[in-house]
Amino acid sequence: MSRHDISLTVNGTEHELTVEPRTLLVDALREDLGYTGANVGCDTGRCGACTVRVDGDAIKSCTTFAVQTDGASVETVEGLADDGDLDSLQAQFQENHGLQCGYCTPGMLMTADTFLQDAEDPSRDEIREAIEGNLCRCTGYHNIVDAIEDTAGLAGQSQ
Amino acid sequence: MSDSENPTAEDVFGSAVERQEDVPLLKGEAQFTDDVSLPGMTHLAVRRSDHAHARIVGIDTSSAEAMEDVVAVFTGQDVEDSGVPNAIPTAWDLPNLVQPQYKMLATDKVRHEGDGVAAVVAESPRVARDALERIEIEYEQLDHVTEPSEAVDRDVPPVHAEAEDNVAFDFELGDAEAVDDAFAEADHTASVDLRLPRIIPNAMETRAAVADYESTTEELRIWMTSQNPHLHRMLMSAATLGIPENRLQVIAPEVGGGFGSKIYHYPDEAVTAWSSMQLDRPVKWQATRTESYQTDCHGRDHETTAEVAMDDDGTVRGLRVETHAGIGAHLSQFGSATPSYLYATVLSGQYTIPAIHARVVGAFTNTTPVDAYRGAGRAEGIYVIERAMDVAARELDMDPVEFKKRNLVPAEEFPYESAAALVYDSGEYERGMDTALDHIDYEALREEQEELREEGRYIGIGVANFVESAGLSPSEAAGNLGSQAGGWESSIVRFDSTGTVTVLAGTADQGQGHRTTYAQIAAEELGVPLEDIEVVEGDTDRIPQGMGTYGSRSASVGGGSIARGAREVREKARRIAAHQLEASVDDIEFDDGEFHVAGAPDRSMHIQGIAHEAYLGHDLPEGMDPGLEVTDFYDPENFTFPFGTHVAVVEVDQDTGDIDIRKYVAVDDCGEIINPLIVDGQVHGGIAQGIGAALFEGASYDEEGHLETRRMDEYAVPHSTQLPDFETDNTVTPSPHNPLGVKGVGESATIAATPTIVAAVSDALQPFDIDHLDIPITPETVWRATGGND
Amino acid sequence: MHTKEFDYYRADSVDDAIEQLEAHDGAELMAGAHGLLPRMKTGEESPPALVDISHLDGLATIDRDGDTLSIGALATHADIAESQQLKQHSSALSDAAGEVGDLQVRNGGTIGGNIAHGDPRSDPLAAVLALDVELSVQGPDSQRTIDADDVFHGAYETAVRDHEFVTGLGVPVQDDAVSAYAKRRNPLSGYAMVGVAARLRLDSDTVTDARIGVTGVADTPFRLPAVEDALEGESVDGDIVEEAAGRVEKAVDPSELRGDSQSSGEYRAHLLSVYTEKAVTAALNRAG
Ligand code: FES
Ligand code: FES
Repeated sequence: MSRHDISLTVNGTEHELTVEPRTLLVDALREDLGYTGANVGCDTGRCGACTVRVDGDAIKSCTTFAVQTDGASVETVEGLADDGDLDSLQAQFQENHGLQCGYCTPGMLMTADTFLQDAEDPSRDEIREAIEGNLCRCTGYHNIVDAIEDTAGLAGQSQ
Repeated sequence: MSDSENPTAEDVFGSAVERQEDVPLLKGEAQFTDDVSLPGMTHLAVRRSDHAHARIVGIDTSSAEAMEDVVAVFTGQDVEDSGVPNAIPTAWDLPNLVQPQYKMLATDKVRHEGDGVAAVVAESPRVARDALERIEIEYEQLDHVTEPSEAVDRDVPPVHAEAEDNVAFDFELGDAEAVDDAFAEADHTASVDLRLPRIIPNAMETRAAVADYESTTEELRIWMTSQNPHLHRMLMSAATLGIPENRLQVIAPEVGGGFGSKIYHYPDEAVTAWSSMQLDRPVKWQATRTESYQTDCHGRDHETTAEVAMDDDGTVRGLRVETHAGIGAHLSQFGSATPSYLYATVLSGQYTIPAIHARVVGAFTNTTPVDAYRGAGRAEGIYVIERAMDVAARELDMDPVEFKKRNLVPAEEFPYESAAALVYDSGEYERGMDTALDHIDYEALREEQEELREEGRYIGIGVANFVESAGLSPSEAAGNLGSQAGGWESSIVRFDSTGTVTVLAGTADQGQGHRTTYAQIAAEELGVPLEDIEVVEGDTDRIPQGMGTYGSRSASVGGGSIARGAREVREKARRIAAHQLEASVDDIEFDDGEFHVAGAPDRSMHIQGIAHEAYLGHDLPEGMDPGLEVTDFYDPENFTFPFGTHVAVVEVDQDTGDIDIRKYVAVDDCGEIINPLIVDGQVHGGIAQGIGAALFEGASYDEEGHLETRRMDEYAVPHSTQLPDFETDNTVTPSPHNPLGVKGVGESATIAATPTIVAAVSDALQPFDIDHLDIPITPETVWRATGGND
Repeated sequence: MHTKEFDYYRADSVDDAIEQLEAHDGAELMAGAHGLLPRMKTGEESPPALVDISHLDGLATIDRDGDTLSIGALATHADIAESQQLKQHSSALSDAAGEVGDLQVRNGGTIGGNIAHGDPRSDPLAAVLALDVELSVQGPDSQRTIDADDVFHGAYETAVRDHEFVTGLGVPVQDDAVSAYAKRRNPLSGYAMVGVAARLRLDSDTVTDARIGVTGVADTPFRLPAVEDALEGESVDGDIVEEAAGRVEKAVDPSELRGDSQSSGEYRAHLLSVYTEKAVTAALNRAG
């Protein structure tokens, strides 16, 4: 079985690791590097619990082989908080009760955070479209949409 | 110690406190079972049957065993030979219930696709799964059956030799004769056939376990996705592994949703623990999503005929219900209770129905076991009565709202004893209905409906009333009905010597926010600020006893226990205060954490300071033991009965069959509200699952008995663009017997939402002479029903 | 969940990729891997080797080249959905790319891989047919182009041969053309239950040429000549569109169409007519 040495920069820290070709990015992050924030909820790329950012794009880390991302910069949920304090999106999730069990939350945050980088004053429907690839079984989405909407609103005010 | 920006401790109860558990979850730091990693840990995977029904002729594991990095391969025979009890039990007996053997791994037959046959333990999860394919199993295929009524009516090979006719139980409730009389005398009757398909719970975290056996001490520690770690401890000790309960520690860390599916003791977790005991190494197992769909207990699976008898004036006289309920291939712990007592007893709904009779035949089928899924039994029962009431209103040509209102149990009738053997504790049903209808303009919508129909547009209004029996209790009554478990909950409320508070609770959170609500209860009772209260759950070594979280019981029974314990702690503190302030106990007043002598506010002591005194023990009243903690066991005197009314307005497009939910209103009465943020969250999530069942979800089996909906892109879990915004509101009718007046809210909205949506769609389609459409009502269902394919 | 074992090669040029394909029997190209990887997890496909082309430079561009918009094979769905040039001239393709999966899939999945993979539910395939997109393909010894109508042979079967590499797409720019894509999303998978792309060329308000491409409905994406004929030579109004869409039901055989728990073939056939009308109407609305 072939093995590959790769390097990944995760939340600003560079890591060297050796992976099988079939090692998924999510498994490399969770098992090899200990970034257990991203979760696995399905086998088919449907649930989005594993969403991370690779070179600035939100992608599903269960649908990407780690070896493909050799040299990439990866951002995970662990990198969102600012010096230990919740960032604005995370704080709005707490304030709006946008999480219950929290299993979908890391992926949901990474998708929403990426979406908010370009979206100004998004409508509720646009927010619902943006998180379409992230399933949540607990919240019914209403409060998640509130949290993202409020985060956008706060960002709008501060500009 | 208290923070002036926070509400005072006493105001904390009932306010929308942000959840304390959120921060680690939001940072990705919280620990779920799959995040547990131990030195030397191995990985287990289960080889499952891919047949619905087959005899096992032979198993050859040699080639799998020969693989590099495979540690061991085990079969059912290996488990048998090890001498452990190996018997997954039922937790609810019924008269004549057939209780077939249910082993950790199959040895004689496989009875559904997904039955475990062998297990591989390897150095990595990838190798463990690769090795599964190298196990060779020879089967002799048998005929199979997946539909409950076919299983008992048709001549098919039995799933279990113990039940030749596939009947697990034949259950009756109510007075058949009185119902016959009512039907004979009534002016009208109406009837409806209902099929409730299987729902897959779909917790986003699949089931998982990490077991760590220590041979030197003979102790087993297991982290697992559990809604009730103490129940799992008990069942693993007594029924599957035989390890003494005092050497077994079950930890439920963060649990990523449950909805019932993580109540049960499944074979896989037992096999994981057993393997660790065999190998003396840590073993981890996590289900893939497909395994989760094949093995997590499904919900519902009912085929029902309901008949209503009513008079000209709209008074309901009687209800007759006949149900075939799928049990699946094995009897899960509450597989017998859910479709019998939890179901038939709520068939009266919110209505005064003088005569009720229900018969339920539980059928073994070659399918995934069926057990309690959010709403369990009550969801099925309320669906039946609400659909029957809507159809009856049609039969009478009466407005369904008027018809339902006419039959509500009046507020002055509580406590109300229904003809289905329950005593409803309290309720103001008409107020609930009115509050919900206040959110829409019912009359105007009816007018709009008329007008739009002229244009070929179809809107519908659905109004469903529900009542739920929550927090199964008291233990003695449950025992008389067959329960093998208690209905109590336990907690410890402890002042630490420095004045902080530790609450140990026997329930186990999977997203419900217990750490926050329980802290609110303790803060209210003890006058201690929230940040000084630590709530601990989900570890049998830290919390001595508990029953767990299911059946909407945590806030009412678990919270009730904490309130009782905290009050007892407070009374002990009061006696210490009286002693040290040199006043009589009766003269000591308590206000927001402060004890003071009546009329002399300067002579006071704070409860957190008293805690310190209690542990010093230097100056306590005569005969009092030191310390300030109470262990409470709370066994409620009755269920609580949350209720409410949900309303949906939908528009149905006849051409495409599309269903648009224009408005969804939920009015819930869960008694006193501890935290409105969390109550709303529970309602939202419940609505989502109820709408899911109404419009999208449903598991199905193909001709071969294979699960067709085996992946997340084949089973329709609702996503963000498929659900509307929700409007929520509450009425508050406290439970008279609960220490906090709390009723519970975990399952309410799931119960209410399905009949609400079905009522709305059926209402929209009235011009097409459609009384009822079975769920899930997909656009194609509508398109066909309205003649699109003619 | 993981895939079977395979060998991995990272290509540093198109030629290198083709050499790797030749050197490793059964090897497949991989860029975003969004189509392939899920099927590898379920065991539906298990190539012994993958050649990673996602790092090749210069293949993600979208450029105008005379009468053609050239799209590099590695352009992502998100790139295409957001391209102003495509929105202006070939909106059916940008519409379809914007409808692919979800935000994450649009970020990761590439157009070349999407077409070569040939998933019969994939949105862009309808636009490829309607816009008469030409595929540029490089093989071991030669380059060739494949006409839109020749690309799709069946479910996951395309005219792209084993050792060939789809390098890009050529979309004709026609100043007299308008186009749009209309989709009924399958609630299970997010793929098209029915996806229709329509491109019309107009001479004032007369349709001079029509192409309708369909995805999600059958095992192979297809065109609807009966509808195209009904539109051509007609001056545009709502009745014509409705009548043309009405021809769908005769043009397809429901028993040959895809079915799942959310939609039978018969219902898909009905939706096809509804979404054909929507797509044509949306295209015409863009004529202003
Ligand atoms: S784990 Fe479900 S999409 Fe990645
Ligand atoms: S919070 Fe539990 S799945 Fe989203």
